[in-house]
Amino acid sequence: MTEIVRVIGNGGDLPDGEVPEGLAEKDLIEMFRWLVLLRTFDERAVALQRQGRIGTYALYWGEEATQAGALYACEETDWVFPSYRQNAIGILRGIPAATVLAWWRGYGGTHGFWNPRDHRVGPICVPIATHLPHAVGVAWAAKIRNDRASSLAWFGDGATSEGDFHEAMNFASVFKTSTVFFCVNNQWAISTPISKQMASETIVQKAVAYDMPGIRVDGFDPIACWKATRIALERGRGGDGPTLIEAFCYRIMPHGTADDPKLYRDEREAEKWKAFEPLGRMGAFLRRLSILDDAREDEIVSEAKTTIAEAVREMESIAQPGLEILFDHVYASGRPWSYDEALAELRAVERPAEVKPLGPPTSSGAGEEGKTQ
Amino acid sequence: MTASSLNMVEALNKGLHEAMGSDDRVVVLGEDVAKTGGVFRVTAGLLDSFGEDRVVDTPLAEAGIVGAAIGMAVYGLLPVAEIQFDSFVYPGFEQIVVHAARYAWRSKGEVPASIVVRIPYGGGVRMPELHSDSPEALFAHVPGLKVVCPSTPADAREMIVAAIHDPDPVVFMEPKRIYRAGREEIAETPTGATNGNGPNPFLSTARIAREGNDLAIFSYGATVPLCIAAAERLESELDVSARVVDLRSLYPLDVDTIVGAASECHRALVVHEAPRTAGIGAEVSSLIHEKAMLDLEAPVGRVTGFDAPFPQFANEDDYLPSVVRIFAGAKKVLEF
Repeated sequence: MTEIVRVIGNGGDLPDGEVPEGLAEKDLIEMFRWLVLLRTFDERAVALQRQGRIGTYALYWGEEATQAGALYACEETDWVFPSYRQNAIGILRGIPAATVLAWWRGYGGTHGFWNPRDHRVGPICVPIATHLPHAVGVAWAAKIRNDRASSLAWFGDGATSEGDFHEAMNFASVFKTSTVFFCVNNQWAISTPISKQMASETIVQKAVAYDMPGIRVDGFDPIACWKATRIALERGRGGDGPTLIEAFCYRIMPHGTADDPKLYRDEREAEKWKAFEPLGRMGAFLRRLSILDDAREDEIVSEAKTTIAEAVREMESIAQPGLEILFDHVYASGRPWSYDEALAELRAVERPAEVKPLGPPTSSGAGEEGKTQ
Repeated sequence: MTASSLNMVEALNKGLHEAMGSDDRVVVLGEDVAKTGGVFRVTAGLLDSFGEDRVVDTPLAEAGIVGAAIGMAVYGLLPVAEIQFDSFVYPGFEQIVVHAARYAWRSKGEVPASIVVRIPYGGGVRMPELHSDSPEALFAHVPGLKVVCPSTPADAREMIVAAIHDPDPVVFMEPKRIYRAGREEIAETPTGATNGNGPNPFLSTARIAREGNDLAIFSYGATVPLCIAAAERLESELDVSARVVDLRSLYPLDVDTIVGAASECHRALVVHEAPRTAGIGAEVSSLIHEKAMLDLEAPVGRVTGFDAPFPQFANEDDYLPSVVRIFAGAKKVLEF
């Protein structure tokens, strides 16, 4: 089996590796800050869902290393394409956390969507693996235009069963696009374990078929994820094409807030894996390097909490969108004639009482914008 | 370049050359589109003119072709993806429906998937199974897509240029049966592209293919010439003057022209070779009934393919609307 790339040890029998070249102290702290921000968002989102203030939510608790580590290796001009499991990745690129929360609150239009070109962050991809050809297309276009941009797409182990994964890998390989296929192998696709997902021993071996390198990393180790992504991007920029990264980890949490893992797995197993979660591990590593102490960590955690709390306030201050939002932006060239009829039909009757934001509105403005007429 | 007499393949080819020549963001990709110029030769010569970066033979994978084209569009290119035959689009269907159609909506209208998916479609050319489908209604049912279908060389050239410049994703149905059916003078430059603001008429309006006032026959693609032939027979045998409306745009439908023609003629027939149920004809018929019921002397008739798989080709002419069947369908509406 392919060796697993790992940098962070456990402070005991598993020794720490060298911090890779290219990561200064400030980078390590910044990466830690990213992990904390992602974690804070995720935990807050789960709480909001429990309180009925956002809809069903797909957790990523424990997978922050695969996101922050990989993104930190990217340049600003590189494009990233998240699946729903990386739904908040954009907040590390400047997309307001309130926008992502609004997406989960069921808002569209200018509230819950963003312009992918603004931060080179693709939309949250709900169907499985279908964003991978887009990542290839972006890197391919950049290559045609002689631009430096590369692309990276995250997806899960289940996604490797989809045709789009294979078509994207093949296109990237044939056209040598600078694309990083970043597979977060958390070993579960809702209730389906990796052993039922595939008969292959690893995901990374699927790279062989496309004659591209594969790197298997510890998915709970942000520095290893950074290192693998850095290698992949350098290779891509050099014109040598794509790389498949398998970040081996475990889905410690349920698939989503509506999922009950007790129905299909022994949760003691998840508890065991919890010891490897990346935040504690990175924190301990940085303490061993003497670049993090309690005071600094408290400061980072507090800063993240403030950011997300403000985002929650902002999300809940968004008024219930009006009827127009049903038809906004469907066509960039303008509305088809039938939309006028549709709006007229809706405006001719009372708006259903059910049309209101989730949970208790915290702003006096909420619910006003959307009134009929 | 002077005006020239071209068939539909040559006209599309001319339009592609023009679009690629005037805008270096335009790229063409698909199976066998570069070196062979496509199995129907619609993309012939593009490789020599624009090079292998912009005219690409892809692996045999329609989700990959459409998906990569979407990514290219997101980056800022204007890709034209060819699906080799109608039924081959099904593996790419998900990319068209869940991504191409929704990228504008999903990006506040700022990043539409500005792609053209060219699909040679339809029967009548004696092909093996799954080379003769008419899947246009599947796409017309998907919000966010435009679906168009030319029936003449001149329209084909105008429409392909307009589709490439249109910001929205366009499913471009090409009636392969009439690819080389006839020649037509083609204007030196596309007229639709130069009419300034507003939607390009070639992507949003129907065309009156034949004047008449007793019966409105609505069709598109390869059945338009058959409708015209049936109209000639109606004229000579029954002294009925039938107006033939070539829809051109299947989504959005040109409601004014459709309802206007039905109101003025008082009788209407819709003709297409796709299966009947939930086809374009059902929508046209419904629109007419909703908006011009009191002007009608008869229910809107339909002459279509059937709710059965497109047959093996020994029987395809039984399945396809023929002049005889259109004539009979028209008579039924006239005699109601």
